[in-house]
Amino acid sequence: MRDQAFYFFTSIGNYTGHSAASLDEFLLKVKDVDLKSLEFHLFREDFEKWIAQTLGDMRLSDDIRSLRIQKATGNALRDRLYLVVSRRLKELKGPVVAR
Amino acid sequence: MKSKSQDVSLDDLDRQILRLLQEDAKQTYGEIGNKLSVAHSTVYDRIQKMEQAGFITKYEAIVDTEKMGIPLITAQMIITTDPKETESIAKKMTKYSQVLEVATSFSEELVIIAKVVAKDQAELHSFVARSIAPLPGVLRIRTAIVTRKFKEERFGIRPRKE
Repeated sequence: MRDQAFYFFTSIGNYTGHSAASLDEFLLKVKDVDLKSLEFHLFREDFEKWIAQTLGDMRLSDDIRSLRIQKATGNALRDRLYLVVSRRLKELKGPVVAR
Repeated sequence: MKSKSQDVSLDDLDRQILRLLQEDAKQTYGEIGNKLSVAHSTVYDRIQKMEQAGFITKYEAIVDTEKMGIPLITAQMIITTDPKETESIAKKMTKYSQVLEVATSFSEELVIIAKVVAKDQAELHSFVARSIAPLPGVLRIRTAIVTRKFKEERFGIRPRKE
């Protein structure tokens, strides 16, 4: 499972030591990792590729692509990324049909 | 157990022969003999002895990959590891063709130092992210891409009295 994990880097070859093997773990790391890492991966399209190809979540991948297109950076990127991922997680963990 | 090299000691003539071989291993025994004013048979015997004792490990051609049109980037990596896993990580790294050198070092932390090559930055990043970062016990990786080399030599043997 760890082979499929997302590994956070700050630049080419510079690994932060943080990785996420699930969307829950990814959300926790979004709060913690260096902002440079979030910016590095967003603009390389690494987040959207991992979420689409490894987690198979096309909708979340599209939401993250929007952040890239809007050129989100810095703390605004962290906040918005956290928001879209947490919103999606809440959706996925919620009931299929609301009571 | 006593190694083969422990049975043989090298004198100044051996060291001078080694230095000449390091400069150009394609020289003939006669050419080396002339430079050192000894018989070519002496040079032959000394080289045989040093090969058998393991002082000379191999002869190799150094290829100019740039001239061959093979684009390669070189990077130096420092990998901070969980001390329990350092040796295992280093051994695993030796299996990859992209890794040219691997060594362990202890300064403030136990780290692995490695020299790696890749076709380009994308391939380097992919190799580090897919093959090195996932190894159990890897805590952090710092990578510096070499942009310009000012010197690259192997240690040159010198006679004791020079």
